[in-house]
Amino acid sequence: MSVGQALPHESAALHVTGHALYTDDLVHRTHHVLHAHPVCSPHAHARVARIDTGPALEVEGVVRVLTADDVPGVNDSGTKHDEPLFPDMVMFVGHAVAWVLGETLEAARLGAEAVEVDYEPLPAIVALTEAIEAESFQGNQPVVARGDVDQGLTGATHVFTGVTEMAGQEHFYLETHASLALVDEAGQVFVQCSTQHPTETQEIVAHVLGLHSHHVTVQCLRMGGGFGGKEMQPHGFAAVAALGATLTGRPVRLRLSRTHDLTMTGKRHGFHASWRVGFDDDGCLQALEATLTSDGGCSLDLSEPVLARALCHVDNAYWIPHVRLHGRVARTHKTSQTAFRGFGGPQGMLVIEDILGRCAPLLGIDPIALRSRNFYVDGQATPYGQVVRHPERIARAWQQVLDTGQVASRQAEITEFNAAHEHTKRGLAVTPVKFGISFNFTSFNQAGALVHVYKDGSVLINHGGTEMGQGLHTKMLQVAATTLGIPLAKVRIAPTRTDKVPNTSATAASSSSDLNGGAVKDACEQILARLRAYADGRDVAWDELVREAYLARVQLWAAGFYRTEGIHWDPAAMQGHPFKYFAYGVAAAEVEVDGFTGAHHTRRVDIVHDVGDSLSPLVDLGQIEGGFVQGMGWLTLEDLRWDESDGPGRGRLLTQSASTYKLPSLSELPDELNVALLEHATEDGVVHGSKAVGEPPLMLAFSVREALRAAVGAFGRPGASVELASPATPEAVFWAIERGRG
Amino acid sequence: MSDPHVTVNGQPRPLTGVPGHTNALDFLRGLGLTGAKEGCAEGECGACAVLVCRPAGERSRWTPVNACLVPAAALDGQEVVTAEGLGSPERMHPVQAEMARAGGSQCGYCTPGFVCSMAAEYYRPDAGEFDVEAMSGNLCRCTGYRPIRDAALALGRPTTGDALAERQSRPAPAPGATRPADLATALGLLRDHPDATVVAGSTDWGVEANLRGRRAPYVVYVDRLPELRTLSTAHTIEIGAGLTLSEVEAGLAGAVPLLDQVWPLFASPLIRNGATIGGNLATASPIGDLPPVLLALEASVVIASPDGEREVALADWFTGYRETVLGPGELITSVRIPRPLAGLTAFHKIAKRRADDISSVAVGFALDISAGVVGKARIGLGGVAATPIRALATEAALEGQPWTAATVEVAAEVLRSEGTPMDDHRASAAYREAMLGNALRKLWAEAGT
Repeated sequence: MSVGQALPHESAALHVTGHALYTDDLVHRTHHVLHAHPVCSPHAHARVARIDTGPALEVEGVVRVLTADDVPGVNDSGTKHDEPLFPDMVMFVGHAVAWVLGETLEAARLGAEAVEVDYEPLPAIVALTEAIEAESFQGNQPVVARGDVDQGLTGATHVFTGVTEMAGQEHFYLETHASLALVDEAGQVFVQCSTQHPTETQEIVAHVLGLHSHHVTVQCLRMGGGFGGKEMQPHGFAAVAALGATLTGRPVRLRLSRTHDLTMTGKRHGFHASWRVGFDDDGCLQALEATLTSDGGCSLDLSEPVLARALCHVDNAYWIPHVRLHGRVARTHKTSQTAFRGFGGPQGMLVIEDILGRCAPLLGIDPIALRSRNFYVDGQATPYGQVVRHPERIARAWQQVLDTGQVASRQAEITEFNAAHEHTKRGLAVTPVKFGISFNFTSFNQAGALVHVYKDGSVLINHGGTEMGQGLHTKMLQVAATTLGIPLAKVRIAPTRTDKVPNTSATAASSSSDLNGGAVKDACEQILARLRAYADGRDVAWDELVREAYLARVQLWAAGFYRTEGIHWDPAAMQGHPFKYFAYGVAAAEVEVDGFTGAHHTRRVDIVHDVGDSLSPLVDLGQIEGGFVQGMGWLTLEDLRWDESDGPGRGRLLTQSASTYKLPSLSELPDELNVALLEHATEDGVVHGSKAVGEPPLMLAFSVREALRAAVGAFGRPGASVELASPATPEAVFWAIERGRG
Repeated sequence: MSDPHVTVNGQPRPLTGVPGHTNALDFLRGLGLTGAKEGCAEGECGACAVLVCRPAGERSRWTPVNACLVPAAALDGQEVVTAEGLGSPERMHPVQAEMARAGGSQCGYCTPGFVCSMAAEYYRPDAGEFDVEAMSGNLCRCTGYRPIRDAALALGRPTTGDALAERQSRPAPAPGATRPADLATALGLLRDHPDATVVAGSTDWGVEANLRGRRAPYVVYVDRLPELRTLSTAHTIEIGAGLTLSEVEAGLAGAVPLLDQVWPLFASPLIRNGATIGGNLATASPIGDLPPVLLALEASVVIASPDGEREVALADWFTGYRETVLGPGELITSVRIPRPLAGLTAFHKIAKRRADDISSVAVGFALDISAGVVGKARIGLGGVAATPIRALATEAALEGQPWTAATVEVAAEVLRSEGTPMDDHRASAAYREAMLGNALRKLWAEAGT
């Protein structure tokens, strides 16, 4: 039995020895490669009046400069026709207006410096609040509503209003965007690309080149991290490389430097939320009205579905009878913000967690009690009309964390510690996660697989999902081996390619194991059914059975398909049953804060997370821990700063390198991190009873933010509400402490 | 072999014809050794870490460095081991096997770099328990680090017959012939090439070259000059300018307690294995971590030129933003710290991240307190002016005063007004000011009574 076994990543031995190949590693195995370098705008908003490529062509080693005039097809790198590949209007600092191809990267870089561009600068909107003020919005403005909010607020005994703002987040996958394109011996445009969405990369390369999809093949070997940042963003870069390859007849490599990656590609959306909330005397939520505005950056990209998911997650794990949530996407002159692990869910959930954290002292109710008494119970539905299945799992995970985390006794210890320490305070908090699994857009919930059984009994599988470190391939190998009833060693997985499995959905929304697992299982079951029919009850060993079946002209390969049943969504009404199920989790975190500086560290974290029946426990554990720490980074450390001044650098990303944008390092790992998988959690109707795990654990990190709030509160007057900026950097924590003392 | 070359995973590889701006990472990847990756090109992420055989007395040490910062040419004559050289998928190195088993890799991109940092710690001759700080210069975006930490802590010790362990019992290779052999030769080269760039550990120059496209027409490597690699603690403490910070830490062996507070907070082991103390002062960054401390210690800088030697007090060293009194053709040879050392010393660094971050404010304290009265007070500040500065007004507010909460409160208010802190992406000016004052209050709270 392979499913359920704790196995290392299927490429672990390749990873640790440096033998795992990534897109840019192929450059050193490819001859006559040209290197691409962008010509980037220094302005946040400007009309491109003139581009003179002549001086670049004088630079030794420069082969060609690509501009809009070179595009034979559609000059657009997105799916909404608002992202020109070569813009005549630049929309953010770093926007590429041309690309230089050189014999070396050095030549291309010097060539890019030599290209002359005249810009006519225009006013730019940089901060989200500026966009709200100027009513600069783009796309839909959906509303999720239930009940009568006005009546609910009137009936509530405690009504509070507030604003919650949260910053975005840079993906900082260790591997920056990379593509290597060539025209192969059959005239096929072949693009190796670090992409979470090979099919869409293929479609955009094709429309830029003026070709049909069947003329373009995209392969993704593996990614050095994706986190959503390679769902939409790789397409334009792949198209530039492919355009260069078709025009020069030579392979073209495009790999972004870290600074280019930071300044040119989209990030998690920052959000602004204004809210009005009502509670009864017991602290039960009565009504919530909120307006959520996301910072979409310069184009729509995935901002609309991100906003939809945000609105569908404001409730998190809590029953709110009367709800009205407005959503808007701001247009600013920044990178086009995009998918990032959680896809709006974290931002929506942060709103309600911030509300509960701020209101608990005002209600005079302990935050742990306030949260748990608002949990969904059986039969209740979300504001968008989906009945919450298995809500008792939230309460069960909650109780398990309280027990195994010894929360009550530690709270007492912390009270003692805080009384004894004037300059150092500790805080502890517990927060829940409820996260909907499936793409909101129903059509995306499908997947394909191709499974080959060879005459010697070995098996090769292909599926539509991409591997970015999340262990999808490991799980797919386990599903195939288990379904076929053969040892794992007999199964091998081939890189994701659009000519093997077509029309794939993005590897996103945490759902790739569910979807592709279903497809792999379907293909394996088809083959198995034929083999069983052939064996006709005889007990024949696998290799022998396969050999015999071949000779008997039994088809030994199959294309598998899966679509999620029972989901539907009305995007106009913002109502339906968009999610196959919810993934649940609970975390308790304890932090310590230095009152002199605001510096903090996480002493202990206890997590219970619901992954159904785990397909691959070591992989799932890795996703939970890694997602949690990434969430901690977003909430407590990572600090995107844009130049919002009126100076010449307006709109520039100030944190555009690893030395200025800090993500968690080993020093942020909690001293103690205990993770348990929720038991007795079989999920009916999903592959082998499992649940998705990619995104939900990120939001377990709310516990750290709320623990910081508790510690900050301990410096101030008891019963005071604590407002905490997000991210809660040491400086932000320091000012929160000062406000509390003030 | 006299032509420039480097031995990589046991095989000699020629360096002839490699452009001067090519860093070791691109050079190695060009050889097909693509295990080392570029994650940031500025020594922050460690994805490019490789092992270099460096001197350790009569023996040697496998020392991890960021290959993205080291010019390929600087490896002339050296021995390098990459993740591929440690083991193969079929025969993994013990470090690799443990990382794989523990789930220490997810996307795998940072993993070869982690493996090199871990291997260096694994081969540390005096290793007790594995020091996980050895990996604080490696970033992982997937795992959250728990499995990596546990893999490291589960490692045993190298077995007898381990070739890399045995290599450490012999001396490191001599510097290549393309480097100047001694100080006089180096000074001669600087005289003959006025446009030369002096490079030591290249942790600053490498960033300039990679991120800002700076190119040097001529480079003089000084970090292996024997005259710059001495260290003495006998009377005055004198530290050779060409010693890496890791070497200084090991060589001082606790002789300057204040410096021991700095090391764990100074960048990362990967950087400290390259960065030299002379380079740190020559680059004259206003936000460096060493200058505030060396100012508090009243250090001085010894400079050599063809005309002889001169000594400059560090307080007179910095003349402007990233500018010093160092003249053309001159080289820093050593840093002197006078004895006796102050009785109460502390280093306070304010940064967003606990490890491997650039300070928004750094404060070095060196106070003499006897019979409850502050004698001499020396306070160095970083991050609050165009250069590192002494907090002269605060020093005056402390000297001769009783060491009491009241004195501290008065002096803390003076300290918060020192310098000209500004707003930037690291911190606001108001926070910097508050942190200056609070540094002294914190010192009092922790060490005052």
